[in-house]
Amino acid sequence: MFAYYFQLGLRSLRRNPALTALMVMAIGFGVAASMITWSVFRAVSGDPIPGKSGQLYTVLVDNRGPQYNDKGEPPEALTYTDATALVAARKAAHQTLLFEVAPSVLPEGNQSLPFIAHGYATNTDFFGMFEVPFEFGGAWRASDDEGRAAVVVISHALNQQLFNGADSVGREITLDRHSYRIVGVTAHWDPKPRFYDLFSGNAFGDPVQVYLPFARAVDVEMDTAGRNNCGSNVDFGSGRDAWLHGECVWVPMWVELADQPAANAYRDFLTHYAAEQQRAGRFHWAPNVRLRDVNNWLDYKQVVPPESRISLMVALGFFVICLVNTIGLLLAKFMRRAAEIGVRRALGAPRGEIYRQFLIEAATVGLAGGVLGLLLTALGMFGVGLLFEPQIARLAHLDASLVAMTLLVAVVATVLAAFYPTWRAAKVQPAWQLKSN
Amino acid sequence: MTLHPILAALRKHKAGVVLIAMQIALTLAIVCNAVFIIGQRIERVNRPTGLDESNLFLVTQQWVGAPGEDVPGGVDKLDAMQLEDLAALRQLPDVVSVAPINSMPLLDSSWNGAIATKPGDTQFRGKSVTRTTYYFSDEQVLPTLGVRLVAGRAFNAGDVVHQGFRDQRDPDIAILTKALADKLFPDGAVGKAVYLNGGNKPVTVIGVVERMQVPYAGGGDEVAWNSTLIPARLNANFARYAVRTKPGRLDDVMRAVMPALYKVNPMRVLDDDSVRSFGEIRDKAYRADLGMAILMGVVCLILLCVTAAGIVGLTSFWVGQRHRQIGVRRALGARKIDILHYFQIENLLIAGTGVVIGVLLAVGLNQWLMSHYEMTRIPVLYVLTGVLAMLAIGQAAVFVPARRASNVPPVVATRAV
Repeated sequence: MFAYYFQLGLRSLRRNPALTALMVMAIGFGVAASMITWSVFRAVSGDPIPGKSGQLYTVLVDNRGPQYNDKGEPPEALTYTDATALVAARKAAHQTLLFEVAPSVLPEGNQSLPFIAHGYATNTDFFGMFEVPFEFGGAWRASDDEGRAAVVVISHALNQQLFNGADSVGREITLDRHSYRIVGVTAHWDPKPRFYDLFSGNAFGDPVQVYLPFARAVDVEMDTAGRNNCGSNVDFGSGRDAWLHGECVWVPMWVELADQPAANAYRDFLTHYAAEQQRAGRFHWAPNVRLRDVNNWLDYKQVVPPESRISLMVALGFFVICLVNTIGLLLAKFMRRAAEIGVRRALGAPRGEIYRQFLIEAATVGLAGGVLGLLLTALGMFGVGLLFEPQIARLAHLDASLVAMTLLVAVVATVLAAFYPTWRAAKVQPAWQLKSN
Repeated sequence: MTLHPILAALRKHKAGVVLIAMQIALTLAIVCNAVFIIGQRIERVNRPTGLDESNLFLVTQQWVGAPGEDVPGGVDKLDAMQLEDLAALRQLPDVVSVAPINSMPLLDSSWNGAIATKPGDTQFRGKSVTRTTYYFSDEQVLPTLGVRLVAGRAFNAGDVVHQGFRDQRDPDIAILTKALADKLFPDGAVGKAVYLNGGNKPVTVIGVVERMQVPYAGGGDEVAWNSTLIPARLNANFARYAVRTKPGRLDDVMRAVMPALYKVNPMRVLDDDSVRSFGEIRDKAYRADLGMAILMGVVCLILLCVTAAGIVGLTSFWVGQRHRQIGVRRALGARKIDILHYFQIENLLIAGTGVVIGVLLAVGLNQWLMSHYEMTRIPVLYVLTGVLAMLAIGQAAVFVPARRASNVPPVVATRAV
């Protein structure tokens, strides 16, 4: 019976071509608009490190006082003083600190010109905490951090560019005229959004190319390429050392804490640390600390661009209107066939059969709309670049799950929309219809 | 014609009436807000930067292995390298003027702080302190950017100093934008002293420029033109140069920049993004705004078409259903125009109900957007235009089926019962 009703449905698509085309187009446009915006929203709002996002926390300590804070929130990263002190305290299972660098790379031998490699100065815990996969070698050792060693981890892409993808562990690379020994090459790793460096607005930035020890980068006076926020009224004099130990905020710090009790204990430790700074006369205000896990941090920093949210909502509203439109048109389409329904009912078809027939017919319309929607979605993917920044637009793509979802949403939505018209169709009184003919 | 028969007939078609009214209401709510968003975005994109944007481009470059700012003589060496670059750029054919600058309007890279009329004041209370963006440049800055001086004087070569990028020392003099000057000194700023970032050193305002936007494109109007110009070249391992060319020579000069700078010193990074015309900077800054406006525009257009098509579909259905009744009315003496008017008034009633609900929805949606996003209250004009547009679309959509109805011949009434 299903196959027969499906055939009937296909046939009825041709019966009122104008009305049917209208419905198919409404569903097609509605579902395509929703899917295009959804694909972007899905890309920007995903959990960048599933399974571990609840154990990684960014550490924030108010170092400049309540009068400079927005709604009482401490600055979004730490000062050099606080970050190095908290990492040295080793009160969490793992702790890392980082700042963005953009050293120039001087390719050897050949005549090519120097270029900039984006990366981070960090410590060895970074790689384990954020589950960075390695292609060759591995992270540097803790002793390299302490020894301020000239070692570096490079990305798969940079290794490809400099060494044609060969195992380059042990070879040398020149960054800003200093030589570094390569200890590891990462496999492709580029979590989106880049939760660990939202401070510098790098949520959807280009992939990272180099990682080097924090202490080494400080030693060679590598400047931060990220944000540097000296927003408070603290006169720290001039010169690099003064800046380093001043109250400028530029070092994001992360800790890994296994469970809630560990997080509570760490928060207590932070409060204690801030209280100590207050006693020492560095802070003139009550401790104000935050420990935010990955998802909390993504929410707080409002990583999902407002464009993405608003356009998704507009698209969904649009889809709802298309469905309301479909209800009306299906009603017209079904009720035109009141006489036919009357005949079927008079010949003994129970209401259930009428329901089945018309819902399947609606599903056929939905499927046709879904196919059109799929074409429009594929077309729309080219247009995504118009609406979003290129680094966000490139995250949107048409994959198997999106294809399945487009068709499913179209069919399910149309069947839902068809319930009322079908109910009306099933209520047709056979006697009236037979009489009027 | 009385409304009574129309209302009586509508009661028989509750479902269709509710659906059309609902569709009109939802469409009105979304279209009003979408058009409002488009209007706001376009307004933002059209905000003047205060610059003469044609024939202007920006060079961003980084030296490889330049001395640090903190090694002895490092700053002086960096400054010498910067002056060499400036001289090379100024000698290029078709170049009108060149200025070193730390950022540009719409570039999204800024140095911000607080500016006050009293020393040691950084708390944003009252009118004596406000936020500002600093532009560090030299005496060529005004002609290069095409910014107009409206009071006082411009920088001259003797005013310009150089300092390390992290050197936080306050300047002796500054030029403010008119927006900033009017905020701090309603009765004229030239010759007055300002204090930067809560400092205690008086900085004399020597001039006021008409307008110069801050690097951040998204800021509200209250901070968008709060710029302070400081006569200093900043020395770091990177530098930016703004270049103004003769009219129509922009592309040629932009092509000539890379070879010229490499000739001065090959140890530097210059890539595809290093030389960008102001047009490119503007396009990048407003890309999302423009994209949003386009998306909203397309959605509105399709929505209106879908709604109109829905009205056509359902009205056609009704006309088909009432074929015989129309024939009877015609046979009883109703003119064609009466039948046409009947359907037009019927549509007006339904659409009228729809727009009343739609206005409530539109305001509700606007309230919600206001509470969740940076939105302002929707002006009544937008809603009124939306209401009129929806009623007009309803009338336009109903015209074709209504005319078909009016063409039903009276003889239909006599056919089989």
